[in-house]
Amino acid sequence: MKNLTSLTIKEALAGLKKKDFSAVDLTEAHIKATEAARHLNCYILETFDIARKQAAASDARYAKGEARLLDGIPIAMKDLFCTEGVQTTAASNILKGFKPPYESTVSGNMFRDGAVMLGKANLDEFAMGSANITSAYGNVINPWKRKSDDKPLVPGGSSGGSAAAVAARIAMGATGTDTGGSIRQPASFCGISGIKPTYGRCSRFGIVAFASSLDQAGPFARSAEDCALLLQSMAGYDSKDSTSVNCPVPDYASTIAQGVKGLKVGVPKEYRIDGTNPEILKLWERGVEMLKDAGAEIVDVSLPYTKYALQTYYVIAPAECSSNLARYDGVRFGQRVEGDNLIDTYEKTRAAGFGKEVKRRILIGTYVLSAGYYDAYYNKARRVRKLIWQDFIEAYKKCDLLLTPTAPTAAFAIGENMQDPVTMYLNDVFTIPASMAGMPGMSVPVGLSADGLPLGLQLLGKPFDEATIFRAAQAIEKAANFTALPQLAQARAA
Amino acid sequence: MSIDKNTVKKVARLARIRISDDEVDVLSGELSKILAMIGQLNEVKTDGVEPMTSVIEMQMPEREDKVTDGGIPEKILANAPEQTAGFFVVPKVVE
Amino acid sequence: MAHALLKGETGDWEIVIGLEIHAQVLTKSKLFSGASADFGGAPNAHVSPVDAGMPGMLPVINKKCVESAVKTGLGLNAQINKYSVFERKNYFYPDLPQGYQISQYAHPIVGNGEIEIDLADGSSKIVGIERLHLEQDAGKSLHDQHPTKSYLDLNRSGNPLMEIVSKPDMNSAEEAAAYVTKIRAILRYLGTCDGNMDEGSMRCDVNVSVRKPGAALGTRCEIKNVNSIRFVAQAIECEAKRQIEVIEGGDKIVQETRLFDTKAGTTRAMRSKEEAHDYRYFPDPDLLPLKLEQDFIDAIKKTLPELPDAKKYRFMKDYGLSVADASTLISEKSRADYFEAAVKGNDAKLTANWVLTELLGALNRAEKDLGDSPVSATQLGGLVALISDNTISGRIAKEVFAEMFATGKNAAAIVEEKGLRQVSDTGAIEKIVDDVLKNNPDKIAEYKSGKDKLFGFFVGQVLKQSGGKANPGMVNELLKSKLDKA
Repeated sequence: MKNLTSLTIKEALAGLKKKDFSAVDLTEAHIKATEAARHLNCYILETFDIARKQAAASDARYAKGEARLLDGIPIAMKDLFCTEGVQTTAASNILKGFKPPYESTVSGNMFRDGAVMLGKANLDEFAMGSANITSAYGNVINPWKRKSDDKPLVPGGSSGGSAAAVAARIAMGATGTDTGGSIRQPASFCGISGIKPTYGRCSRFGIVAFASSLDQAGPFARSAEDCALLLQSMAGYDSKDSTSVNCPVPDYASTIAQGVKGLKVGVPKEYRIDGTNPEILKLWERGVEMLKDAGAEIVDVSLPYTKYALQTYYVIAPAECSSNLARYDGVRFGQRVEGDNLIDTYEKTRAAGFGKEVKRRILIGTYVLSAGYYDAYYNKARRVRKLIWQDFIEAYKKCDLLLTPTAPTAAFAIGENMQDPVTMYLNDVFTIPASMAGMPGMSVPVGLSADGLPLGLQLLGKPFDEATIFRAAQAIEKAANFTALPQLAQARAA
Repeated sequence: MSIDKNTVKKVARLARIRISDDEVDVLSGELSKILAMIGQLNEVKTDGVEPMTSVIEMQMPEREDKVTDGGIPEKILANAPEQTAGFFVVPKVVE
Repeated sequence: MAHALLKGETGDWEIVIGLEIHAQVLTKSKLFSGASADFGGAPNAHVSPVDAGMPGMLPVINKKCVESAVKTGLGLNAQINKYSVFERKNYFYPDLPQGYQISQYAHPIVGNGEIEIDLADGSSKIVGIERLHLEQDAGKSLHDQHPTKSYLDLNRSGNPLMEIVSKPDMNSAEEAAAYVTKIRAILRYLGTCDGNMDEGSMRCDVNVSVRKPGAALGTRCEIKNVNSIRFVAQAIECEAKRQIEVIEGGDKIVQETRLFDTKAGTTRAMRSKEEAHDYRYFPDPDLLPLKLEQDFIDAIKKTLPELPDAKKYRFMKDYGLSVADASTLISEKSRADYFEAAVKGNDAKLTANWVLTELLGALNRAEKDLGDSPVSATQLGGLVALISDNTISGRIAKEVFAEMFATGKNAAAIVEEKGLRQVSDTGAIEKIVDDVLKNNPDKIAEYKSGKDKLFGFFVGQVLKQSGGKANPGMVNELLKSKLDKA
């Protein structure tokens, strides 16, 4: 029998059903693996006690023949999802010790379906970052190493802990959130799959907000089919979120193997931007060939406003975050630093509670919304956003899907790309346009760089058509046959 | 377009974040770089384009007027840094 | 009515007043959460995690609030906007848990309208409505519980408010008071707000400026949170005087927010509002634009009750009441309803008098509301009927009313019980008249010699001997003929 931690979710569910092993066995194997991989710093809080209880409950359901969609599957929960009675920090000092008196809808859905929570996964503070180096609880280390040196690499961000845990085979799947690429980019950096569904597909209720008009929850896993299973559980209408869309969630697994024959896949020329690693451009061409070989028709499309998406994002996301993060004032929850008076207390609390990147974004957001700059920045960005959205609507008249690179580079070392904030922001240049338009997008691992690091490609779909993305993702998966393992998981497999 | 030190201080005050003089210098540079980047939006012609807030095009959902929440003061107060007799407590506010 | 001008050292001044009324929508739950919107409760008991601004909590709008805003807009004869947007007004304050108030700014749900206000001299005036929008209430800070701390109760946080903004169309404290009275009446008629100013479910912010008649608008000051109609009038009087003194003293008015000190009868600048605000309004990305269908607005229109002004004109037309009586009757819906129940089959003016003078007077003295009146409308109607058909005199009626008020019994029963029926039997009255005349020969002589005033003395004596029950008209008639013959 295969090592329990290297199974896919689909394989594990089959094994559990056949009673090849128990949910407790599966959970214990992952707990053991997690303990051996603590140097990766994937978790802010391990919740093994909860996991063991949940696994035992799963076994009881298997015994009664009442197993649910994800019964007994150990996962990592991004610490941006509020979990009732369990510390939720958003990787910020300001929320240290905060125990929500409520459960996020997405985590609640997964628990309803029998998922087992191993821990609250590390992330960039308030999901602001692309390398998981802004967490108040330390950097997350990518389980992959490059050939050229032994430097610790970043897992991408903001859902870095989630992605690293799945890649390191210490969790079978994980939740993430994606505001400008926070699922897709770390999936690419860690050699796994991750999907940001259509805005409105998953409820935002109970997810610590970063930028409300962009935030979307989605899963990470090691196959397209596993992602589909996880999303099946996470997604669905929620009356507690006014932006949740009441659109039926199809049975993704039932259509995922249909292939791409007859589908039109658009290749947007604007994604061929200067400075992109030539290896990535080559990988992109390979991806196009794979889909063509599988029967898809390739069409050239144009998304002319792509080059302004990053700028638009860095107005809108900070503007919303500056307001969303105003509630962290040390009055009702979280950390407080006592001052001489109320304003002093506010200012000291927020100075000590927020990290540098969060402060930068709050300040930029405050600036672009303030009197005198509002039209020049905020309203301008909202207008450009409309144009970006129209680009997609136009493109989807010609094709069913778009194929692009996920990120302009492979994972980099901690300390690289950090000269200034703007360089770091360029990491999300391929993922942000779809975020601005609310379109679903998925990263699938396709190959390794010359330096031995995983590279992913991004599939973008029409609104609420994640099913078609999954079909194409599985087609690429089959063609790419990406079997490489990070060094850490190789060692365990050996 | 750049953000001078006074503007940084003003914005930090609006955002209720205390920043030291050293931080003001650094932030002024960083924020100016970000601003220079987003300033590229001025190249885009947006005449007649409606500003977009949400990509969702549906009707806003409404709920029935029913009491379905509340009545949990102990839970509401459970995470409070300071509380007394069911109240949150803050440094004195002068009106 | 002509503008009430204030005299200053440099001549006449005109006051310009605009009001912002915050009216809490009468609902069970809050604007964006399912917590109770009831007044009171243990601290933080009417609070959901949404109202406490906890991480990841999201607003979902209460349908009743949308309906009530539209209904109120229609009651204010205002434009209903089919497209409105909730925005965030960003500022830090402990009673504002989210760090922003969800309000409407560029696109309110209700636009321009107008209402008519009724003034004491019987005249009326049109006051423009600028807009009505929906917004969240803030929590409540208690500053007097601890020397260095403030206590915070979020029960009110997130309660639904309609902010009704007038145009600066008022020029006297009386007009402002009449405006608040009329708005409150409209809200109560519609049932969209209970109008209880002492519980804070209706609060006023008053904008006051002064100018020389015909000059451009002066700089205004905003007096926040005035919580009774009487205080609205007082605050305006003293703020206008203050402003005139400042200007005549050679200084300029600074635009600022002030508080009315009800004890001192003065206004003072609010310290906490000194810092210039930059609210950074932007559309709340947790909500979508509010779009209304014409069918929805039409359906609400159909449910509108008769509104105060329509009722006022109907009372004047159908009952022949004076504008003053009609205005006073319609100022409270319960009062108008009471009148209409009491007036059935009765003389309208007489009924109006009894409601406005005797009944309201007695209630006032007993510190009771009309709703708790021991005398029902039908009972008061019964009393009026007895006066009209001469069963009792007006004087006896007052006595009967006092008894009704004390015991809750019907007028007819009291009249029977106490034998208060008016005596209209000529023989019986004649006998008393004869007795009185027989006993007062000297007074008759004086009367005959020209002391006409003594006629009243004879009437008084007769009524007294009849125990007040003799029909006064018949007494007059008989006395006159007998004295002439004597």
